[in-house]
Amino acid sequence: MLRLLPSLSLLLLPLISLPTQADDDPAVARGHEIVTEADNRDKGWINTESTMKMELSNAHGDVSVRQLRTKALEVEGDGDKGLTIFDQPLDVKGTAFLTFSHALEPDDQWIYLPALKRVKRISSRNKSGPFMGSEFAYEDMASFEVEKYDYRYLRDEMLDGIDCFVVESYPRDKNSGYTRLVTWFDKAEYRAQKINYFDRKNAALKTLRFSEFKHYLDQYWRPHRMHMVNHQTGKSTVLTFDEIRFQTGLSDRDFNKNSLKRAK
Amino acid sequence: MDAFYRQLLRFRLLVVLVAIGLVLAAAFGAQKLVFKSDYRVFFGKENPQLKNFERMQKTFAKSDNALFILAPQDGNVFSPEVIEAMAWLTEQSWQLPYSTRVDSITNFQHTYAEEDDMIVEDLVFDPEALDDAEVQRIRQIALNEPLIVNRLLSPDARVAAVNVNVQLPGINLVEEVPEVVVGVRALRDQLVERYPQIDVYLSGMVMMNNTFAEASLNDSATLVPLMFLAVILLIGILVRTIGGLVATLVIIITSIAGAMGLAGWYGLFLTGPSASAPTIILTLAVADCVHILTTFYHEMRSGVEQRQALINSLKINTQPVILTSVTTAIGFLTMNFSDSPPFADLGNIVAVGVMLACVLALTLFPAMLALMPLKATARPENHNTAMDRIACFVICRRKPLLWVSVTLVLITIAQIPRNELNDDFVKYFDQSVEFRQAADFSDQHLTGMGILEIELSSGESSGINNPTYLQQAEDLANWLRQQPEVVHVNSLTDIMKRLNRNMHGDDPSYHRLPDNRELAAQYLLLYEMSLPYGLDLNNQINVDKSAIRLIATCRNLTSKQNIDLERRTKQWLAENTPELKSTIASPSLMFAHIGKRNIKSMLSGTLTALVLISVLLGCALRSLKFGLISLAPNLIPAGLAFGLWGMWVGEVGLALSVVTGMTLGIIVDDTVHFLSKYLHARRERNDSTQQAIVYAFHSVGKALWITTLVLSVGFLILSMSTFKVNADMGLLTAITIVIALVVDFILLPILILLFDKESSPTSSDNPADSAIPRQEI
Repeated sequence: MLRLLPSLSLLLLPLISLPTQADDDPAVARGHEIVTEADNRDKGWINTESTMKMELSNAHGDVSVRQLRTKALEVEGDGDKGLTIFDQPLDVKGTAFLTFSHALEPDDQWIYLPALKRVKRISSRNKSGPFMGSEFAYEDMASFEVEKYDYRYLRDEMLDGIDCFVVESYPRDKNSGYTRLVTWFDKAEYRAQKINYFDRKNAALKTLRFSEFKHYLDQYWRPHRMHMVNHQTGKSTVLTFDEIRFQTGLSDRDFNKNSLKRAK
Repeated sequence: MDAFYRQLLRFRLLVVLVAIGLVLAAAFGAQKLVFKSDYRVFFGKENPQLKNFERMQKTFAKSDNALFILAPQDGNVFSPEVIEAMAWLTEQSWQLPYSTRVDSITNFQHTYAEEDDMIVEDLVFDPEALDDAEVQRIRQIALNEPLIVNRLLSPDARVAAVNVNVQLPGINLVEEVPEVVVGVRALRDQLVERYPQIDVYLSGMVMMNNTFAEASLNDSATLVPLMFLAVILLIGILVRTIGGLVATLVIIITSIAGAMGLAGWYGLFLTGPSASAPTIILTLAVADCVHILTTFYHEMRSGVEQRQALINSLKINTQPVILTSVTTAIGFLTMNFSDSPPFADLGNIVAVGVMLACVLALTLFPAMLALMPLKATARPENHNTAMDRIACFVICRRKPLLWVSVTLVLITIAQIPRNELNDDFVKYFDQSVEFRQAADFSDQHLTGMGILEIELSSGESSGINNPTYLQQAEDLANWLRQQPEVVHVNSLTDIMKRLNRNMHGDDPSYHRLPDNRELAAQYLLLYEMSLPYGLDLNNQINVDKSAIRLIATCRNLTSKQNIDLERRTKQWLAENTPELKSTIASPSLMFAHIGKRNIKSMLSGTLTALVLISVLLGCALRSLKFGLISLAPNLIPAGLAFGLWGMWVGEVGLALSVVTGMTLGIIVDDTVHFLSKYLHARRERNDSTQQAIVYAFHSVGKALWITTLVLSVGFLILSMSTFKVNADMGLLTAITIVIALVVDFILLPILILLFDKESSPTSSDNPADSAIPRQEI
């Protein structure tokens, strides 16, 4: 009469197969190949500037908006450099955030707090938490480097009429909040169309959808809308980009501690 | 009716097959019955406390948790082994099903300054390499951190805790909660195996939710067999018949299976209270069978042939069995007025079960009895000398008895106000239950389960960074900390003060709130960006940063203390933060209010039942006067029972608020039987008042005390439940039923003597002289 069967999922957890580093596994090689191709197609953009709007919603339906500008500088042989300047909410206006990202080392980060008129270096081993209270973790926003993950090609699949490769990625950083990501790359342009995130216990955590792609300089595709839904909390965040400007003349000098203060 | 029963007995085999077939079809639904392990089921959708709480959970994060309490046997949390154990447990807890957040001393996000660097890291970042100096550093920081002490660590450093928040999808609570609990227990077992020097207790809302189901399951494993044993003994001794016993057991089983099956088909969930339905149906079904069996065997013993004896018994008992079943069902249906859905479910399941038992007792039961070759050795019936003596005693001593009983009733009823409303969900389980032991241990050594979650809304976007607002939140946190009930307050302002200090090179003089809005906002931005997965501030800050949630944890409180603290907090808020909108909610607060709400809603339910039953009684007795007289013996027992309860126990809760309505339907049976026999004697036999009273005693006295015995034993067995809600309900019902018999045997005859003045010609001063009426049960 009473059904109280314990779930076996917990007991099975240690058995969930994680990828072995077998180089001879064709799926691993294929996965790596697809991601490398995607990364290669996105090389040579030199630098970009854009403005971004972030809309946060909770399960109750409350909405909150944040506005920021980003500047990025492509760095050969290492992670890119990034500068984020906050415009809204007003009480964080002028706060600027500088990142030198690295493939395997923790990123270097500095933040300028205008209220304190000081630049502070942030030393944190573990930045898998939410970015500005949104559903995007810092690691979701940080610059992408092929070396950050191991890969495995899963299958071909149609996603909303788009022919895609489906590739699984496994973070190499042990502090990552995820066990794995499943990414849909369209076959035509190798653009990430969708990412499913799985949390530390390998449960479905979030889904990110990319849309409103625009083609820049005849080469670079950029999504202008990113929609992240957290399946566990019911919260969601939409990122929209107003404009993306390429090759605006930014250089190394715009990405150091001193440039933070005058970023505005 | 005669013809109906003759046909019924003629096609007895067919009746048995059809009845069993129908019951089986109904019982098949029982496989859909599943237990819902969620304390929220106790609250209706419109419950204001629940609505507040759910809204707050949606705005911030759900606060369902499992709490591992670690008590090292040597009484010291700060040893390398114990710290290592905590780190291991913290790491592993992320793997628990639906876990979204794990908080412990080891993963506490410690912040400090080093020149212009702001460092954010786990308090224990390398648990494998702990030397004495490192252990001392951790100890020093932990014991001075308001977010840790009294929440994750006892101030004497003897007990620590790892708190796991889970986010149940809520799609299938029947399986989700047990799934978490299985994981939590497996992890506990592993921990104890690796670190046998640590005692581990499991508390938290998830463990409590699961205990609702487990306690009920244990009950059905122990109480139900016990009930069957009691029934077998009682029927064996009182009716002395194997065939009758077997038939009774079949009726009990079919009634329970049918009722539970129909509940399954209807899509009901089982909950703590509604899981006691089988026990109650069992008890009530026995009463029907006892009535029919007693008359049947009485007839057989006086030499009537089996089938005729059966028909005679049915003819005599059909009306009372139907009437009493209907009144009992009405009593249980009053539970639909309850504010707490599980009691409505219990009422409906039992009402269906009672009516099913009634139908089966009048069809399947005689058909089975007719199929069995039954014999009764003719033996002289001992005349009901005991009943006669009671009758005699009541009639002769009516004056002093009246005064004594009125005095006793008044004194006892005056004790009712001594009952204090209390729904402490921890105490819903007795001390044999693992969760209760853990909660008690936690309450004594670390932290309680009483919680006030306070949402303080600034009313403007990013308003929480306003220095005035922060100061108000800080004042509230400090005020709460001064309250004797409060053990711990979780407040964002503590983080703010720490960050302000960190940003000023850890200068202790900056351990205060930032004095401008931008500073606060920018600290928060910085801090939030440095936090790891799952340890964010979204559980205490809403999305547009207009409100924060403070959490005050208290010792396990009584409902009265809980409501009092809520009232004082509201008063403080009204006086000190009149411009801020605030909401207070929590599970313990929901339970604190449910008792009162339920009593209010049940009051109208009980009144409705009283009116319905009185009308029914008036019609059955065909007398307005006796309908009114019957009010006294129907109402007084509950009053007396609550008075006695006030003297002995003094604490009433959710469960007891439904008892009055529910017992009303049961105890009215005694009055029906007694008054109908009395009126029969007055009207048909032209007896005097006194003679008619003697007649009533003589004819139904024995059956009444037998059914009272069966019912009170049944409900007393329910009172052995480890789930206090059911246990109290059982005990108070048993008390009420016994009192009802006493009232019917003493007060009712006196009232009749008082209000139904002599009008019959053949009056006699000595009731013993009156003709002993024909035996009739």
